[in-house]
Amino acid sequence: MDQFLQHGVNAVMLGGTYALLGIGLTLIFGIMRVVNFTHGELYAFGAYMMYMLVMALHANFFVALVLAVLLGIALGAALEFLLLRRLRGADIDTTMLVMIGAWIALQNAEQLLWSGVAKSIDSPFPAAPLVIGPVSVSWIRVFVLAVALGLIAGTHLLINRTKLGKAMRATFQDRETAALMGVQIGTIYTATFALGSGLAAAAGALLGPVFVAYPTMGDLAAAKAFAIVILGGLGNVVGATIGGFILAIVEELGAGYVSSGYRDAMGFLLIILILLFRPTGLFARKERIG
Amino acid sequence: MRSHAKRLIAAAWVIFLFSVPLWMTDLYVLHVLITTGIFIIAAISLNLLLGFTGQLSLGHVAFFGIGAYVSALVSLGFEFHVAPDTLVAFAAKPAWVALLCGILVAGLCGWLIGRVSFRVRGAYFVIVSISFAEVVRLVALNWVELTQGPMALNNIPPLTLGVSDVYAVTFLRKPAYYYLVLVVAIVAYVIVRRIFFSRAGRAMIALRENEPLAASVGVDVTKYLVVATVVSASIAGIAGVLYAHYVRIVDPDVFLFIYTVIMVIMVVTGGKGTLAGPVVGGLIFGALPEILRAIEIPPETQWIAYGLLMIAIVYFLPEGIVPALASWWQGRRDRHGAPAQDART
Amino acid sequence: MTTVQATVLSVEGLSVRFGGLAAIDGMSFVVREGEVLSLIGPNGAGKTTAFNAITGYLRPAAGDIVYRGRRLNGLKAHEIAALGLVRTFQKTSVFGGRSVLDNVLIGLHMRSSQRPLAIILGLPSVVREEKELEAAARDVLRFVGLERRAGERGHALAYGEQRLLEVAIALAADPKLLLLDEPVSGMNPAEKAGFMRMLAAIRAKGITVLLVEHDMRTVMGISDRVVVLNQGRIIADGTPAAVQGDADVIRAYLGERYRRAHG
Repeated sequence: MDQFLQHGVNAVMLGGTYALLGIGLTLIFGIMRVVNFTHGELYAFGAYMMYMLVMALHANFFVALVLAVLLGIALGAALEFLLLRRLRGADIDTTMLVMIGAWIALQNAEQLLWSGVAKSIDSPFPAAPLVIGPVSVSWIRVFVLAVALGLIAGTHLLINRTKLGKAMRATFQDRETAALMGVQIGTIYTATFALGSGLAAAAGALLGPVFVAYPTMGDLAAAKAFAIVILGGLGNVVGATIGGFILAIVEELGAGYVSSGYRDAMGFLLIILILLFRPTGLFARKERIG
Repeated sequence: MRSHAKRLIAAAWVIFLFSVPLWMTDLYVLHVLITTGIFIIAAISLNLLLGFTGQLSLGHVAFFGIGAYVSALVSLGFEFHVAPDTLVAFAAKPAWVALLCGILVAGLCGWLIGRVSFRVRGAYFVIVSISFAEVVRLVALNWVELTQGPMALNNIPPLTLGVSDVYAVTFLRKPAYYYLVLVVAIVAYVIVRRIFFSRAGRAMIALRENEPLAASVGVDVTKYLVVATVVSASIAGIAGVLYAHYVRIVDPDVFLFIYTVIMVIMVVTGGKGTLAGPVVGGLIFGALPEILRAIEIPPETQWIAYGLLMIAIVYFLPEGIVPALASWWQGRRDRHGAPAQDART
Repeated sequence: MTTVQATVLSVEGLSVRFGGLAAIDGMSFVVREGEVLSLIGPNGAGKTTAFNAITGYLRPAAGDIVYRGRRLNGLKAHEIAALGLVRTFQKTSVFGGRSVLDNVLIGLHMRSSQRPLAIILGLPSVVREEKELEAAARDVLRFVGLERRAGERGHALAYGEQRLLEVAIALAADPKLLLLDEPVSGMNPAEKAGFMRMLAAIRAKGITVLLVEHDMRTVMGISDRVVVLNQGRIIADGTPAAVQGDADVIRAYLGERYRRAHG
């Protein structure tokens, strides 16, 4: 039972960051219909920015966190502006290939700049874990969860309470009509990509200090993000939030009780099963008509 | 271009290719040609799926790796426990059996994926195909009892093909393997070419261009998706078999997504949906790493260059190199007043 | 006039729903052998939806569709085509990236019987059949008047020519019952007249035609019977003369001003 609780607690910690990854991708994939292969690289970018700011430039940890997210947003906007803007009408293969090209270039740039050796990032939190009954939790993970929840809440507010969010939802539901109603689709796309990338960078910036930063860390993160998007349904922010936690729980329990080697396979298996049996996701809401 | 001229050029190419081991004494160059050839076979197979039917299959390396692993396991013999007390053992079989098994299992997986792909389209299929390849990789990595996991399957026997011990050829040395790969590549090319110029190929391309219209004239969508995937997977499987018996070591890294990406780059830059595209793309991206290595550029920079090249090709030559060259050639002929091209050359 | 011909297609009680909305509600009509039947009605009346339901692109909520004694409900689109029911599409639908000749060759899909293994082995039977198919394709192109454009890409054709190509593709599939969805929309009067002449030639070949149009004048000359649809329901069914004079039709479709002007 104690084991189970510990796994549960770990899962919740991880779930928050997974949710960030998932929300970011579901927005991009859902609103822009782009298979965003660079999502994982933004995650890695967030972690590497933390490394640069904290370890090389000795910035304050919390300031660095904010900066890393902002830089992630900037990179996302730049990618959209430079690469995707010109492909606005193109078919899905074309954008996919461009995204693959960008992914390769980004990942190898990271490898070139920081080498393949994993980098660890110091945090100001005490190393000794917080012990509550049978469960022990490290301070930094509590912090990560808190920030993740805050960002998730912030994103929900943005999507549901602001004009920008409304425009994004309209674009998701029916792009043509939204455009006719005066929504600047181009701006929405840039904003969506930037926001999604920022969330991925945030996840990376938060988890970088918890684990380590290495160039291929984005690949697994991207795969999990896709699993979460499919779990929760395309474009469904609430679904992605819940999906993030579900994936984390499935992974933790799978790793704990089945086999730790197959931990990462859980996400993929989930994807395959869901797409075969419930393609619209577990939380199917209204889909586009027509 | 008239068909006779085309045939002469093709024949000249084939003769030239067959002559290479006679005058190319540098074994390293032969090695590069062999690996490039194997990749070209894989690219030809991917083109059938990606280029013809338009299925965004990004898990293609799975078929390649399955072909490699199955062939290796069958030729080495294997055993594993289905249950703690139940052992399944399989004795080593001769190379040609291994080859057939590799192709068959790869084709079978293709059949499964083909049936699935009908239910799951577009971007979702991309994700399913990638996930499939990753699951296969993780199984190969973790099912150590069967696959040796990261320790790899070693000492894979070379391919020996023949009637009896007397009339057998063992493909061990590079020149011999070069011929083997060349022959398989030509066969693969011819198979795909025949499909292209047949009702099956037209049906597949029709699916990509306008599926509802294709259905309205009687094209069975599921059937042709499955046929395309099975043929494509089988050819990729044979490429994997050739790989396994050439390097004679197979480890789970053979399933890495990056190899699918290389195949995709080859097909797309060469020209997806064309016959020559994967060959041209394969030659470029087989030779490019070697050239770059010769001028001492680190691998990361190489990859950055590939990434940027992919983006550039998508922007400037969206159809790929072969169609771009074909239109340029057509443009020259039109300007110089050549007679209108026969639709069926 | 002709005697009463055998029923080729019978649609009974067809209903199609989108969400809670009934796009078609209890539609019943028959198509007789050798005739040209026009399905007309204002935009949104449900004409294309009816086509989609009949040809297997949509699943009806209720109703029976029977073609020559064979129930079509639940069959897939390509199976229905194999029975001899071929349709065209309302929005221009050709294989844009392929040559005009290839377009028709794809239409000839069902005429060919090449098996995958024979194709891969490159058997002479395949080569022979390819030549026959090419000749047949050129015949079809000649019939619609596009034989000079055989080598052009589909999307390089002018709009009117693309619509002709659509018909060529459908004809190649050897239809016994041809369903044309607004085939002349967007054509100029000369093109429309040419199309109507071609339609007469198609009919002379013994092909039964079910035509969807919303321009009544176009179909009046060529149709044996007219069925008028409005808001998912049939409001008139008869000869062109009878329908033109029908008060319901005039009110619902042509508008009050027409009725007052001509009534």
